[in-house]
Amino acid sequence: VMAARFLLRRAVPALRHARCYADAPAAQMSFTFASPTQVFFKEASVKQIDVPTLTGAFGILPAHVPTLQVLRPGIVTVFGDDGSSTKYFVSSGSVTVNADSSVQLLAEEAVPLDSLDLATAKANLEKAQSELVGVSDEAARAEVLISVEANEAIVKALE
Amino acid sequence: MFARTGAALFLPQCGQVRNMATLKDITIRLKSIKNIQKITKSMKMVAAAKYSRAERSLKPARVYGTGAMALYEKAEIKAPEDKNKHLIIGVSSDRGLCGAIHSSVAKAMKNEIAKLLGAGKEVMIVNVGDKLRGLLYRTHGQHILINCKEVGRKPPTFTDASIIATELLDSGYEFDQGSILFNRFRSVISYKTDEKPLFSLDTVANSENMGIYDDIDADVLRNYQEFALVNIIYFGMKESTTSEQSARMTAMDSASKNASEMIDKLTLTFNRTRQAVITKELIEIISGAAALE
Repeated sequence: VMAARFLLRRAVPALRHARCYADAPAAQMSFTFASPTQVFFKEASVKQIDVPTLTGAFGILPAHVPTLQVLRPGIVTVFGDDGSSTKYFVSSGSVTVNADSSVQLLAEEAVPLDSLDLATAKANLEKAQSELVGVSDEAARAEVLISVEANEAIVKALE
Repeated sequence: MFARTGAALFLPQCGQVRNMATLKDITIRLKSIKNIQKITKSMKMVAAAKYSRAERSLKPARVYGTGAMALYEKAEIKAPEDKNKHLIIGVSSDRGLCGAIHSSVAKAMKNEIAKLLGAGKEVMIVNVGDKLRGLLYRTHGQHILINCKEVGRKPPTFTDASIIATELLDSGYEFDQGSILFNRFRSVISYKTDEKPLFSLDTVANSENMGIYDDIDADVLRNYQEFALVNIIYFGMKESTTSEQSARMTAMDSASKNASEMIDKLTLTFNRTRQAVITKELIEIISGAAALE
C-alpha cells in the first residue's frame, strides 16, 4: 500500500485540484513555522500552506511528497483547519516536508502581511531601482538586486 | 593581679606593635572587601537582567533550531565512518567570571580532538569567543581555523551567525562532517555541554534516505545546507548566551555571599582587636598612675 501511494504521489504534480486522496487516510500535518525571533506555528495542524520557492510557488497539504525547497521573497498563506487563512510575507528561508507529514517552514524574516505599508514599500522599490542603475561593484549589485526583488514582491503582495 | 595580667600580657607585648598596625590593616581590608561585594552584587543584577532577556528570546530560537535539525533527524542522516576531514565549532564568549562555561567547552573540544587525531582524522576548529582561543591556542594552535571576537557583549543575532557561517564557507576548508559544541541551557542553576552534528553537502546528498525527498537539484540542496548551517550556529549561540548569563548570575551571587561572610568575620576580628587596644591603653594608664603614687 505504501509503495502504491508512493508511486501515485510521484506521478501527480503538486496541484490542489489534481489530487484525489479521498481513500487514503488523511495524515495530520505537523506544521512548524518560525523565524529566528518569533514562532508563528509550532507543530500545529493546518489544512494547507502555499509557499513561494525558487522553483515556483506550490501548495502543501497533509501527505505531500517529502521535499526540500528554498524560499524566495513572497507570500506564505496558511489555511487553517477551520477554513480561515492568514498571510505572511517571508524574505527567504527553507521549507522541509518530511515523510511523516511534518512541515518545517523556517524563514529568515517573516511578518504578517497587514503589518507592511504599501507606500513605504513603493518608495523603497523606487530607491532600489534607481540604485541599480548606478552601482557597478559585483557584490553591491547583487545586494541591490535582492533589494529590488524583495520590494517588488512586497508591492505585488500588497496590491 | 597586675603582675599576673602583666605576665599574661607579656606575650602579646611583642605583638603589640603588630596589633596597632593590624587595626589599620583590618580597616583597609574591610573597606576593600565591602567594595568588592558591591561590585559583585551589581554584576549579579546585570547578569540577571541579561539572563531574563536571553531566556525569553531562547524560546522561539529553540523551536527554530529544532526545526532546522528536523531533517537530519528524520532522514536519519549519518556520516560515513571513513571520512577524514572534521570540523569542530566551539561556542562560548569573550568574558569571564561565569564559572566553568569556557573550560567545559574547551575540555569537550580537547577530548574530541584527541579522539579524532587518535583515529587518524584531520580536524580543524572554529572558536566563537575569545576565551576559547585563549584556552586552546597554546596546545592546539595549529588546528584553529577561525577565531571570533566581540561575542557576548550583545545578544547574538541571526546576522552574527550568518557572518560566522560565511567565513567558514569562504575559508575553503571542505569538511566532510563536523559537530558544534555549546552549553545547552537546562535551568537557572544548570547547563550541560552538548554536541550537535553538522553534515557536509556530499554526506546529505549521498545519504540513503534522501531518495524519498522529491525534486531536489544540487543548487537547491546547497542553498538549503548553507541556510541550515547558519540556523544551527544561531541555535548554539542562543543556548550558549543563556547558559553563560545564568552561570555568571550564580557565580556573582556566591562571590557576594563569600564576601559577606568575610566581612562578618573581619568585623568581629576588628572589634576584638579594638577592645584589646583599649584595654591595653587603660592598663598602661592605670599602671602609670599606680607607679606615681
